[in-house]
Amino acid sequence: MRRKRKSFPQDICCGSEVVARLDRDILKMKGKLTVNEAAVFTNVFFKCFRHPSVKKLRIDLSRLENIDSAGVMALFYVQKKLKEKGVAVAMEGASESVQDKIRLFFPETDILQDPPIKPFFLEDLGNQMTHFFHSYVVGFLLLASNLFYWGFTDVFRPWARRRGEVVNQAVLIGVNAVLIVVFLSFVIGYVIALHSSSQLRTFGANIFVVDLVVFSIMSQMGPLITAILVAGRSGSAIAAEIATMKVTAELDAIKTMGLNPMRFVVVPKLYACMFTMPFLIVFANVAGITGGGLAAQVYLDITPEIFINRMQDIMMAKDLYTALVKSQAYAAIIVLTGSFYGLRVERGAEGVGRMTTVAVVVSITLVILADSVLGVIFY
Amino acid sequence: MEKEKVVEVRRLYAAFDDTVVLSDVSFSAYQGEVTVILGGSGSGKTTLLKHLLALYPVERGYVSVLGQDLARLREVEQVTLYLQMGVFYQSGALLNSLTVAENIALPLAQHSDLPKELIDEIVHMKLGLVNLSHAFHLYPSQLSGGMMKRAALARAIVMDPPLLFCDEPGAGLDPVLLESLDNLILNLKNKLGMSIIMVTHEVSSILRVADRIVFLDKGVVVLEGPLTKALHSEVPAVKEFFSVMKNENVRELLK
Repeated sequence: MRRKRKSFPQDICCGSEVVARLDRDILKMKGKLTVNEAAVFTNVFFKCFRHPSVKKLRIDLSRLENIDSAGVMALFYVQKKLKEKGVAVAMEGASESVQDKIRLFFPETDILQDPPIKPFFLEDLGNQMTHFFHSYVVGFLLLASNLFYWGFTDVFRPWARRRGEVVNQAVLIGVNAVLIVVFLSFVIGYVIALHSSSQLRTFGANIFVVDLVVFSIMSQMGPLITAILVAGRSGSAIAAEIATMKVTAELDAIKTMGLNPMRFVVVPKLYACMFTMPFLIVFANVAGITGGGLAAQVYLDITPEIFINRMQDIMMAKDLYTALVKSQAYAAIIVLTGSFYGLRVERGAEGVGRMTTVAVVVSITLVILADSVLGVIFY
Repeated sequence: MEKEKVVEVRRLYAAFDDTVVLSDVSFSAYQGEVTVILGGSGSGKTTLLKHLLALYPVERGYVSVLGQDLARLREVEQVTLYLQMGVFYQSGALLNSLTVAENIALPLAQHSDLPKELIDEIVHMKLGLVNLSHAFHLYPSQLSGGMMKRAALARAIVMDPPLLFCDEPGAGLDPVLLESLDNLILNLKNKLGMSIIMVTHEVSSILRVADRIVFLDKGVVVLEGPLTKALHSEVPAVKEFFSVMKNENVRELLK
């Protein structure tokens, strides 16, 4: 069957109104070309205009009464697309007011650029992996080496630090966290003893509740709860503070005053966190065991004297040393992660919020991973 | 006799990802002069300033500040260079955890052995220079925008640096404050022989303080020279910049 050829002229209508008439190589615009007509005009025009022999299209604007920015851009779009097909476009006959608007809105340069070519899936994946490795893994290791270098060397150069800042940070990170750490550890110790008491009573092994509470709190729960709380509380504060300082150019100002932002801002936090974390863990352990002791008395009738006597038999110095080693690892992770994400901030206030959230999530994840690794090592 | 160059930039190129921000930028700033870097939004002024402050690494081209090649600067040399520079940031960049006095005293406290009482006296004097004596014990969050800028200027000049960088010092100031700030900058130049590199849009300020103009347009220096050359320039971007400012002072100077 032969394909039916298009007959000219063809009308381009928006509703009942004709907005343009296409007659082979001339397009006569009519009435108005505003945001309402522009979409219909561009869609219908390219369906009508399929004449390969036409090398130049004249657009007659003499009967065009009104045009807005969308209309001008529609004409620009038509011109651009036809140019790509090798068809030249000439506009003519526009009234003074239409000319004014075309001059105002018609872009000087080709703003309708082609979208960037999307790379092939594997190439894209490779690019992202490389970016991740360089930005995060290498960046994190570089920051860690920088922080530990200054952290170690500045121990012997107290004059190089901001006076009073370590104490100030120790209060913010450590002292102010004591209450919440003690309270939650107490509750968790109580709940551990409570849940195990019914099982132990069944087997008549009431006294082993002491072993259970002391061992779980000392080796796992105490350090981990403390680290998660400090990561949530102080890790976010560190990330937010450093990010805000970067956004408001305070870090630039520190650098151009001849000071090292790492030593001036981050190292005091590292010292403060490493110094206070062991104390927090000890408080958490004491509170957790106290909570467990209370539950043991209430549910299993184990008096404090019995509890303490049994505790002395099973408690080992190794548990304490392990907790202290863990505390230093957790403190370093929390400060390092907070400062890493704080320093990576982009795009103002929105970036500060985003980086703070990421810093907390990552530092808690890293703390739990470190706990697993250290748990295996010290088993 | 030709003046000594305090800043020299040759064929500097800077790009972020695929966007070229500075392309083949070359200019010099001289001892004891106020050099104003001008240009529209997005012309690359801030990027250029950050290169001069060694906050961005020089990847292509040559940047020398006070005779030091920034690309070859070691960390110790960079600190020594920073001690000879004052930087006045557009936002003030005062440390929010410190009082105004502590902010201003910070470079002195960290880089000198001066006793605290003397540092406090110096801080009082510098605050007096910027009409901010009453803000000694206030925190940055308690200051207005104009006060914040003046405190930032006091901090920038606390070490009496031979070279001062100012990023939009007049933005957001009323005309009276702006004039007093300009007078202070002129005093720093005339009485202390300070060299000043300033990024600003305030035409009244430019006319009051500028000795040389470096005009950036789309990452390229389209004009470099004395203020009068800029005012008579036929370069379209420069001409447009000055023509839109219907300022009596411009006309007077043009006469």
